[in-house]
Amino acid sequence: MFACIHCPVGTNDESLTDFAYSFSPLVEETAPDTVVLDVEGCELRFGSAYGLANEIARHAVCSKATGGLGSRVNVALAGNPDTAVFAAKFLKGVTFIASGEELTALGELPVEKLFSPRPSVHSPRSGPHNSNLNTPNSGLNKETLDFGPWTLDWKQGQEILETLRLWGVRTFRDFANLPTPGVAGRLGQEGVRLQQLAAGKTERYLKLIQPAPVFDNSIELDHPLTELEPLSFIFARLLNQLCARLLAYALATNELRVQLKLEDRSLHERTLNLPHPLRDHKVFLKLLLLDTELHPPQKAVIAVAIACEPVRPRVLQTGLFIPQTPEPAKLELTLARLAKLVGVGNVGSPQILDTHRPDSFQVKRFFVKNGAERKRRGDGETLGRGDEEKGRHGISESPAFNVPESSSPRVPGSPLLPIPVGFRIFRPPLRAMVDASRGYPLQLSAWGPNRSVYGKVVRLAGPWRKTGDWWRDDCWARDEWDVAVETRIGMAGEQRRTKLSHVLYRIYRELRSGAWFVEGAYD
Amino acid sequence: MRVALSKAAFEAEIISRFGAPFTQQKPPAQVMSTGIAEVDSIMGGLPRGAVTEIFGPPSSGRTSFMLAMLAHAIANKEVCTLIDTSDCFDPVSSGETQVDLDQLLWVRCAANVEHAFKATDLLLQGGGFGLVLLDLGDIAGKDARRIISSWWYRFRRTVENTPTALVVIAADSCVRSCASLALEMNRDADSWSSPAQVLHANLIPPRPSEITHANLLRGIRVRLDRHRPLHSSPRTAQFNGILNNI
Repeated sequence: MFACIHCPVGTNDESLTDFAYSFSPLVEETAPDTVVLDVEGCELRFGSAYGLANEIARHAVCSKATGGLGSRVNVALAGNPDTAVFAAKFLKGVTFIASGEELTALGELPVEKLFSPRPSVHSPRSGPHNSNLNTPNSGLNKETLDFGPWTLDWKQGQEILETLRLWGVRTFRDFANLPTPGVAGRLGQEGVRLQQLAAGKTERYLKLIQPAPVFDNSIELDHPLTELEPLSFIFARLLNQLCARLLAYALATNELRVQLKLEDRSLHERTLNLPHPLRDHKVFLKLLLLDTELHPPQKAVIAVAIACEPVRPRVLQTGLFIPQTPEPAKLELTLARLAKLVGVGNVGSPQILDTHRPDSFQVKRFFVKNGAERKRRGDGETLGRGDEEKGRHGISESPAFNVPESSSPRVPGSPLLPIPVGFRIFRPPLRAMVDASRGYPLQLSAWGPNRSVYGKVVRLAGPWRKTGDWWRDDCWARDEWDVAVETRIGMAGEQRRTKLSHVLYRIYRELRSGAWFVEGAYD
Repeated sequence: MRVALSKAAFEAEIISRFGAPFTQQKPPAQVMSTGIAEVDSIMGGLPRGAVTEIFGPPSSGRTSFMLAMLAHAIANKEVCTLIDTSDCFDPVSSGETQVDLDQLLWVRCAANVEHAFKATDLLLQGGGFGLVLLDLGDIAGKDARRIISSWWYRFRRTVENTPTALVVIAADSCVRSCASLALEMNRDADSWSSPAQVLHANLIPPRPSEITHANLLRGIRVRLDRHRPLHSSPRTAQFNGILNNI
């Protein structure tokens, strides 16, 4: 049994829906001014179906403050939703249509009512709508006619109506009494459906209103929490519920927002952004705990709220010949643990900054790209400074040993292919004392907390002048030298024997201060 | 002796009947290319699921070799990580030597060896990495040799039966028996733009006209000697490092 509530004077559909929910949890919002309820079993509460309809009509005229609508409504009870909708829309007051009596109630309605457009429902919580449904020119959608589970093209509907008029069909009863094979042969399946609608013989399920899923959870604590361990149990409970809800909707999340209300009424907010959507509550819990350890709240916690941003789960097609990559959940945990171990700014991917200032880079978040995400090498990430950097060693002469130009795989017997020489940079640069009495470095000594450099300069090349940021206060200018320093180093595998070795360093003299530094070593 | 003979006879009898049940058919070890064809052809590449040790004095080409490995592995879609114990990795020069920095996980340990080993352990336990590089190159040889062996055994056990190649770069040999492949690197020669600027060797100072902007280091020639596996014959490979591509 279905009940339809139609509010002819118009109403806020939100209030109409809320009103309908007070009678049944199964509600279809057919139109902004019309709702259909499944009232099967409600007679146990209201005595009978007719008693329910009367209760709806009586309660609707009550003021909104008392849960009513503040206006009169039409209520119809029928065995199928469409019959209830027609009866509520076109028959005033309370109408009860028993099964098999549909034509008795609706048979005299003009057949044009069958083609009256039904305003579309834009959203479950849309604003007030025009309730004048009987006038075709009411600003409604004239492209299609909405009949619940199926729609009819407006133009086709008008053609069918014109045909019915030519046949002398004036009422629902006339249309229902036509032989179905003839209607099917002349009007097609749409005609048969319309005929069933007129006869009140349709069967369909309600399109129930689904409340928007809520992906946040909160809890207020009886006693303030000052330690992480009891807080972890609160986190676990909230995350468990959140992940269960995500799983129920086949969703995942890539953003967790945690809000801790502290004892002094201030808020401690943290947001965990994940590169890939996850919904494993154990992983979330570990990540949250690691993050809370790194960024602890300053006061005791009295309330916890966790919200997440639901997104579609990641779907990745792997292949037999694609190298294995870390699992996203494990990788996130590993990165969080590494950040806790060595510091947040010391874990990630290096990104070169758009400047010529030496050793300019930043560490950004690391995440594994799949094949499609990977860019071709050099697509704008090095920020266009490579060409100018070539100048420092961009020499036209050939080196002492033969270096072929090609970088293709080596053919046996051909000269050795070169690889770029690596550079180990010293952070910070070592302040050096340099004997440059002849205008070039002769002797070098530099000490730092972790390393030291000293010895005679046996070979050198330079200077190469580099300047930059001259328009700023922190401009820099320096003369660079490449030097080979004679150094005594321990022999590999032998603890007490040393040998003389020439280590290649890059040193520079700051032009502003005149101080010498060791920038790093070629290796 | 009798027991040994009887055992041999027993085994021969079983082999004649059921094949060779006592011979374990180990699958051939998978290797990863180093990115240097010369080294691959002679040394065979980096073994996966094992520890490789590369050691040598400063300026012996260890970092050049490391960058070549990184560039090649990342180009082959391996996920690579570098545990930089002394924080001496230079992204500017390495970014311009074919290393796709986006796909490199860089862990800076600020000269804390304990942090470096713990980070390596975390990364190996996490799994999924193709190449894990532990750079101890600036740690003095005597300090590197003092690293307790249990770390190396632990690493060897962790990477076993995984596709991960763990490469340790050090100033001196320190991984010992846990290394499946040990390569010693030495610089054979270096190339400078002007041969006249040898100062203390023959005390010929450069004339002012010879000190030009173009007179810088141009490249090095590196020699690799294989020390492990012990039972294999020693082999030597060479490659050139150049700076004029930077």
